[in-house]
Amino acid sequence: MVAKAVEAPNVGFDFSNYARNQFFGERLQGIPKATSTGTTIVGVIFGGGDSGEEPGVCLGADTRATGGPIVADKNCEKIHYLTPQIRCCGAGTAADTEFVTNLISSNLELHALSQGRPARVVTAMTMLKQYLFRYQGHVGAHLVLGGVDVTGPQLFTVHAHGSTDKLPYVTMGSGSLAAMAVFESSFKENMKRDEAIALVARAIRSGIFNDLGSGSNVDVAVITKNGTENLRNYEMPNERGTKSRNYKFRRGTTAWTKESIRSLIVSEEIKSTSGAGKDQGGVEVVAVPTGAGAGGEEGMEIDS
Amino acid sequence: MELNGGSVVAMIGKDCVAIASDLRLGNQAVGVASNFDKVFPVNDKLYYGLPGLATDVYTLKEHLRFRVNMYRMKEEREITPKTFTHLVSSTLYEKRFGPFFIEPVVAGLPTPTELDPHPKPFISTMDTIGCITTPKDFAVAGTAADKLYGVAEGLWEPDLEPEDLFETVSQTLLNAVDRDALSGWGAVVHIITQDKVITRTLRARMD
Repeated sequence: MVAKAVEAPNVGFDFSNYARNQFFGERLQGIPKATSTGTTIVGVIFGGGDSGEEPGVCLGADTRATGGPIVADKNCEKIHYLTPQIRCCGAGTAADTEFVTNLISSNLELHALSQGRPARVVTAMTMLKQYLFRYQGHVGAHLVLGGVDVTGPQLFTVHAHGSTDKLPYVTMGSGSLAAMAVFESSFKENMKRDEAIALVARAIRSGIFNDLGSGSNVDVAVITKNGTENLRNYEMPNERGTKSRNYKFRRGTTAWTKESIRSLIVSEEIKSTSGAGKDQGGVEVVAVPTGAGAGGEEGMEIDS
Repeated sequence: MELNGGSVVAMIGKDCVAIASDLRLGNQAVGVASNFDKVFPVNDKLYYGLPGLATDVYTLKEHLRFRVNMYRMKEEREITPKTFTHLVSSTLYEKRFGPFFIEPVVAGLPTPTELDPHPKPFISTMDTIGCITTPKDFAVAGTAADKLYGVAEGLWEPDLEPEDLFETVSQTLLNAVDRDALSGWGAVVHIITQDKVITRTLRARMD
């Protein structure tokens, strides 16, 4: 990468390390695995018709994030905010789902401001699919997009390569088969709100307990035209038991060779003297430490 | 990632955080340096660790120093741990298709504000492309990450006082890196409390 002077960051991705990383990939055991949300994510449309309740969308997700075979995060949030009335569950590469939903959320807010109307779910879907298609599936974001707008409740799936589906009930992620089994047997149209939440929770639990890539807790989001309810950790069927023993070490167990204490409390002692600035016997001057961290020694100092 | 070796662990205690790393720098099997510290300060109460490829440790450290200095100039205040985490995350995601081989760990104590007069101690970690995890107990990264997960899960408990947290984090790190060939050769621990930062170099196995 050509060294440049102080500059504003470029828009979009920076491919300058690509060649070097390919070389490392061959020389070492391959490039490190990114965190993935193995996941079970679902969405269902409820209400309207005979139910007597407001039509809406109910989204659900588990909370496990894996890095290879290791659980990297036991309680991550997979239901991302897009607009006040639209939410998006994300499966696939965790960083991709996080950043793509953040990007489209910002763009939706700008869009809504310029159009003078709340954003529609199809707008979010179109923005997502056009972005993902442009990157030909390399941005690994598999999404369940749901929300309510002027046209009513809408539920879509968006795949990493840019394809979309519009359906009354959807599941995605490694636990999608387990969750879909629950839906296919129990889904009915015009469910009541509580029935929909119970169904979604059952589907996610089915993914949590049967799929290795999903686990921990159930998150639910319920969206109607009156508002969005975020039920974070709606169910926690995998709480850790309390430890029966205490594993604190006796103080002094660990041997150390050097210790340095950086006191953050600044103390200053000033004795008034006559003759400003002159060095006089008996006057104690205590130096005020300025930042000795990354900013102080080589870079910027505040009010130095 | 398996070229230079190295591991970092951070833990939350009662009104304090600890962040610790080993000191080894190697070229696969050959040990090259035993004074390669991987934990750096941002300001008085915010530290971060960069385990992984050593060249990227230097590159990222300098890049972040630049970004934090710009932040300090523009905002005229110190960056908070949460904001710094997002700064690192965005920096890593910029290189989504040619990433840095680093899994950063951030540990810090947020300064009290009007909206949040008693902020909780903060730790976070992320993968090589910037996916943030904000655990409530401990964060691990590096070649000994799997072992660190195991030991930390067993030893950590909530509300440890600074001196107890020091013992727990030290024993976690030392015992985990002893089971990893690419980490070790010494260790440094920083305990960050509201009124001081205690830095201790541990006596570790040098094999």
